[in-house]
Amino acid sequence: MARMTFRGGIHPYEGKELTEDKPILDYLPKGDVVFPLSQHIGAPAKPLVKKGDSVLVGQRIAEAGGFVSAHIHSSVSGKVKCIESRMTAGGTKVESIVIENDGEYQTIDFKEHVKPLDEMSRDEILAAIQDAGIVGMGGAGFPTHVKLSPKNPDSIDHIIVNGSECEPYLTSDYRRMMEEPDKVLGGLAIVLKLFPQAKGIVAIEDNKPKAIKLLREKAASSYTNITVNKMKTKYPEGAERQLIYANTGRYINSSMLPADAGCIVHNIDTMVAIYDAVVEGIPLFTRIVTVTGDAIVNPQNYRVRLGTSFQELIEEAGGYKNGEPAKIIAGGPMMGKAIFTTDIPLVKGSSAILCMQEDEVAACEPGNCIRCGRCVSVCPGRVVPAKLADLAERGKIDEFVANDGMECCECGCCSYVCPAKRHLTQTISATRKAVLASRKK
Amino acid sequence: MDTGKEQSSSALNENKKENEKLIRKISSSPHVRSEDSTAGIMLDVIIGLLPASIMGVYNFGLPAFIRILICIACCAASEWIFELITKRRITVGDFSAVVTGLLLALNLPPTLPWWQAVLGSIFAIIIVKQLFGGIGQNFMNPALGARCFLLLSFAQTMTHFTYDAVTTATPLALMKAGEPVNVLQMFLGSTAGTIGETSTAAILIGAAYLLIKRVIDIRIPAAYLGTFSICILIYALASGRGFDLMYLAAHLCGGGLMLGAVFMATDYVTSPITPVGRLIYGALIGILTFVLRSPWNPTTSAEGVSYSIIIANLLVPIIERFTMPRSFGKGAVKHE
Repeated sequence: MARMTFRGGIHPYEGKELTEDKPILDYLPKGDVVFPLSQHIGAPAKPLVKKGDSVLVGQRIAEAGGFVSAHIHSSVSGKVKCIESRMTAGGTKVESIVIENDGEYQTIDFKEHVKPLDEMSRDEILAAIQDAGIVGMGGAGFPTHVKLSPKNPDSIDHIIVNGSECEPYLTSDYRRMMEEPDKVLGGLAIVLKLFPQAKGIVAIEDNKPKAIKLLREKAASSYTNITVNKMKTKYPEGAERQLIYANTGRYINSSMLPADAGCIVHNIDTMVAIYDAVVEGIPLFTRIVTVTGDAIVNPQNYRVRLGTSFQELIEEAGGYKNGEPAKIIAGGPMMGKAIFTTDIPLVKGSSAILCMQEDEVAACEPGNCIRCGRCVSVCPGRVVPAKLADLAERGKIDEFVANDGMECCECGCCSYVCPAKRHLTQTISATRKAVLASRKK
Repeated sequence: MDTGKEQSSSALNENKKENEKLIRKISSSPHVRSEDSTAGIMLDVIIGLLPASIMGVYNFGLPAFIRILICIACCAASEWIFELITKRRITVGDFSAVVTGLLLALNLPPTLPWWQAVLGSIFAIIIVKQLFGGIGQNFMNPALGARCFLLLSFAQTMTHFTYDAVTTATPLALMKAGEPVNVLQMFLGSTAGTIGETSTAAILIGAAYLLIKRVIDIRIPAAYLGTFSICILIYALASGRGFDLMYLAAHLCGGGLMLGAVFMATDYVTSPITPVGRLIYGALIGILTFVLRSPWNPTTSAEGVSYSIIIANLLVPIIERFTMPRSFGKGAVKHE
């Protein structure tokens, strides 16, 4: 049964007060926009344009490189400047289409292929989602049409929309729920059309009472198959496995997919993208990004055109307070990626830019493990991080795997609580990646 | 030509500088850390030990105070000197050596010759802690290891107890000899014993502080005291005393039981890291304490806490191996 929480987890400083009451502002990029061809899980997209071509807003500029891949659409009108490798938030250079923005924002006709929802078949809905280039917008970037095509569709009985937004500082999902609740629920209703036997759940942490109230009212008045669940506020409440357990009481491990528990989990922004794609015919080229942190002059939530550079958006938010920030993170403080340059584009999975005046990690020096067991009590994966990190450091890969090291979801709770300031998550994560890489061979 | 070269190299330098300015430090997530630290935890333990220390000084006067100072100073100094000589990172600042010193002092009779206290402190830090790798690496509680070393080496001075400057047996020894004891005095602490063990009330205040601050896990003391109490009650019933709660209370307040259960058995380094392991470990110490105190045998020592905890310390790796938690979703079946 639903518990609305899980065992373990932490309560880090939330930092949401910086932006939670700031309405979404539209931001139009001034400079070039950059579209990495690989901003999703799966094969990179293949360019459909070449240098010098003119493009319009919403025009497909790259097509999916396979079934597990996604199309990419331009967010501006202008000319293709070049196709070259550019730095991304992941820290690697990725082949990207660079478009010189003409500032006109001339769009293609979105409504051309739109059919009334009632007349659309299952395949037509899936095709519309695939055509719009939608991927999971929580960060991982798994193509949504693939997620919505499980092997055994009849076994799916829960569609969970993850509105927990447990990652500190992030408020983009919250603002979406507050400002466009009809689109969030509308998107979910479209997904539920694909799985008529399933129940829709919007899971929201109880630190967002206004969103829970609003969505409950909207759901009660328009939908009989959607419920809004109030989750306990705790990090990582929104972690997929923990979220499924909290809402259904079902367990999955690292070798299983949510579909194995009869669930499909989606991000809030993905729901809006599905609604826009199916109902309005608009492909995915915007998203909500929270620009925040104590080093930002005016923390804000923006509706951003994909491809906009981090630098532009930071400047729009008033730039830095007290000079250069110590750390800039793409995403939240628990699982986001620290970036060394702001000359990188926002992509489908970018939820936040967090600029911090202090680098807490650099400020503390790791000491010996004192075996206090705090990492064990907070671990949502119920493994023993101190032991796994020790095995990882000593290169005992077989023992690492035997002690369920692969069950770690890299949420960061163990590193967060460690009083000896050991880099537990980092050590475990590095070994996990090595094991995964060796399995692929 | 030359000027051109110079120009280009200076432009390159400029470029490099520009790049250096743009490139900032990165690290892998998470990017935030809790405020907990090893030093903070040790300070909490010291605060938790303050009531027992104050009661010790109140009961036994200046000699107790001097022994506390000697042990703390010698432990900290031993750690500093050892790390200096072996060129390791100096860890005196994490206060773990101070905790060891304070704990050792609280486990010593107030009349112990000062040089024996010095010897015990050096043994605790150098032999039990540093030779095995320093903080986090020792397999045995350093303070308890030193106490047992002193018990074996200086049996006479280590078991010589006084109260109000009069040599007297500890309440536990009196009980074993079949003499009556005053449980209220034992609870408050106005009896003979080591510096820190006599006042159960003071230890409980410290325990409450550590539990509220979530420094110690209640599993260990609860399993320890629970198991021990059950053993004592069964013994009381079997030996014809009946369901004697006063006898149980005397046993709980007597000797080093409370000090051991709250401050020694809960030592992070030498107790299991797994939740189930902690219950087993606590229960094991409870049974061992009962067996070593052996209330039925008047010829053995009345005490047993230190050795019980040390024996359990040695079994921690085995306990841990068999109590590894079941990972999230292990053995989960597919939903049809």
